[in-house]
Amino acid sequence: MNRADTLIRFDGVTKSYGSGSAQFQALKGVDFEVAEGEFVSLMGPSGSGKSTVMNILGCLDVLTSGEYFFRGVPVSQLDRNQRALLRRNHIGFVFQGFNLLARTSAMENVELPLVYRGLGRRERNRLSMAALAKVGLEKWAHHHPSELSGGQQQRVAIARALVTTPSILLADEPTGNLDSERSEEIMQLMSQLNREQNLTILMVTHEPEMAEYSQRIIHFVDGLVDPARSRQTGSAGAQYAD
Amino acid sequence: MLINALKLALQQIRRNVMRSFLTTLGIIIGVAAVITMVALGNGATAQVTAQVSSLGTNLMMVNRGQGFGPRRDRVSAPAFELADVTAIANEIAGIKAIAPVSSGSVTLINGNTSWSSTVRGSDNQYLLAGNWTLAEGRNFSDDELADGSSMCIVGQTVVKELFSGESPLNQKMRIAGNNCVVIGVLKGKGQTSFGQDQDDIVIVPMMNYQRRLAGSRDVHQIYISLEDGVDTDHVEQRLTTLLRLRRNVAASESDNFNIFNTTELAETLTSTTQTMTGLLGAVAGVSLLVGGIGIMNIMLVSVTERTREIGIRLAIGALEHEVLLQFLVEAVVLSSLGGLIGILLALGLSWSLALLMSMPFIFDVSISVAAFVFSAAVGVIFGYVPARRAAQLNPIEALRHE
Repeated sequence: MNRADTLIRFDGVTKSYGSGSAQFQALKGVDFEVAEGEFVSLMGPSGSGKSTVMNILGCLDVLTSGEYFFRGVPVSQLDRNQRALLRRNHIGFVFQGFNLLARTSAMENVELPLVYRGLGRRERNRLSMAALAKVGLEKWAHHHPSELSGGQQQRVAIARALVTTPSILLADEPTGNLDSERSEEIMQLMSQLNREQNLTILMVTHEPEMAEYSQRIIHFVDGLVDPARSRQTGSAGAQYAD
Repeated sequence: MLINALKLALQQIRRNVMRSFLTTLGIIIGVAAVITMVALGNGATAQVTAQVSSLGTNLMMVNRGQGFGPRRDRVSAPAFELADVTAIANEIAGIKAIAPVSSGSVTLINGNTSWSSTVRGSDNQYLLAGNWTLAEGRNFSDDELADGSSMCIVGQTVVKELFSGESPLNQKMRIAGNNCVVIGVLKGKGQTSFGQDQDDIVIVPMMNYQRRLAGSRDVHQIYISLEDGVDTDHVEQRLTTLLRLRRNVAASESDNFNIFNTTELAETLTSTTQTMTGLLGAVAGVSLLVGGIGIMNIMLVSVTERTREIGIRLAIGALEHEVLLQFLVEAVVLSSLGGLIGILLALGLSWSLALLMSMPFIFDVSISVAAFVFSAAVGVIFGYVPARRAAQLNPIEALRHE
């Protein structure tokens, strides 16, 4: 099972924290694949390992054994800087707590990843305005996060994640801090981005309603994928066809 | 990338103006202190040098007794004679001027004004040796010197106190009960660094002093001014040998006279003020160091405070060295700004202090540059630890940080 459009592949991935008797195994051999253009939800109870998977996916954490392939590249063999470059060039993050820089305008927040790419001011402005337009916030470009609602802040965060046109968007409970109306807005935005831009999205969520926006749910239990509860949803995929 | 880091640093400083200012206050004070101390030290040195040279350059003063000893020592030692002066003038080469000096405290009276001053018996060579010039009037004539005429040359303080500032030329005054005609007025020299008023002076011919005022043929001091480029030590040695011989000092006894040398004095005073400058500069340097520790402290706080931000930057793909550079540049910019403000502060401070202490204002550019470079270096050294801590944060934990 190795398709040409496989973006991500987890191959018997384990992760343990601590050592000796205090050792705790968060992942016990996780296998799954995500194809380009898929919108996948990771679900499961607390401590089931979904956040650990997300951190490993985002190259923020390293696995203990097994292998994580990103476009066929074995990520466990990359060093800290190479992983940072992988994040910079291919991965966009959206967090539950938005994680915007305070006292910094929406536009400057969105520009941040471009600064590290070494783009000039004019190019940064153009790209960040375009990204803000995608999430419908071009009018709020010069407002600070404290002047924006939670939903708007999360949209700024999505714009920041998109501004580098990443290969994949990793969203860790993106609606966790939002009321249901804002949550719907964000989910609609994400599924729209998935459909229209063919953006691959991996999302961790607790809420089944939110998971329904994705095309597939991978369910985790006790550090393993639970095949019985992992399933396709009714949502229309972007270019995903099984 | 460096320019980016610089912009980021300036942005960060602008966002926390108050804190940045307080952080860099240590550096500001340190740099200002170092530069001000050195500027004042240089001013003091220049002042001392100027004052010593106003005594007369290459001036030797021969006194009886053993230098700055107890007073009885000075009295018990025999006085000099005029013959000593002639002998020195004849036997030692390189002398530009040599003058016998005897002096005593007297009361000067003009009409119903009186003034206590010092009167000196000497000759025209005294003016040459002491680096005096006449503001008006003339020197003593040879006849006047030989006769011991009642003529005198007065200093500016005497003019001010006794003649209320008007020209005393050809006027009469009384010196300890003896009449005397003022024939010359000296140009002012001001105070010595010991606070002595050099202008409070009356000079009469030596013969006049000995006969009318002292009633003895004693010569208290001999002033010797050397030609330029003459080896002072050599002259001093010859002078010592000659005087020991003339004064019958046995080989086992120590000198019953002493030679005071303004060149030596200048050197001693200059080296003293330089030592003081160095000492004060070093103390000020310690405050620079403390300022650096202040920067490290605040940068560490800043790293803790901005852990989340660092997490975001790392998650977005900032490399370790980019985060390191950002914080390092911030520390350096902070400390350099502090250095700049410190230099400006020092400029104002040393200028006004120099004015206040009526010292020459000497601003040392090289020490300013050095202090600035040092302050930037402080930023690098003390910024490195916090910057490295920031760069090595675990992004996951940093993002979780509240």
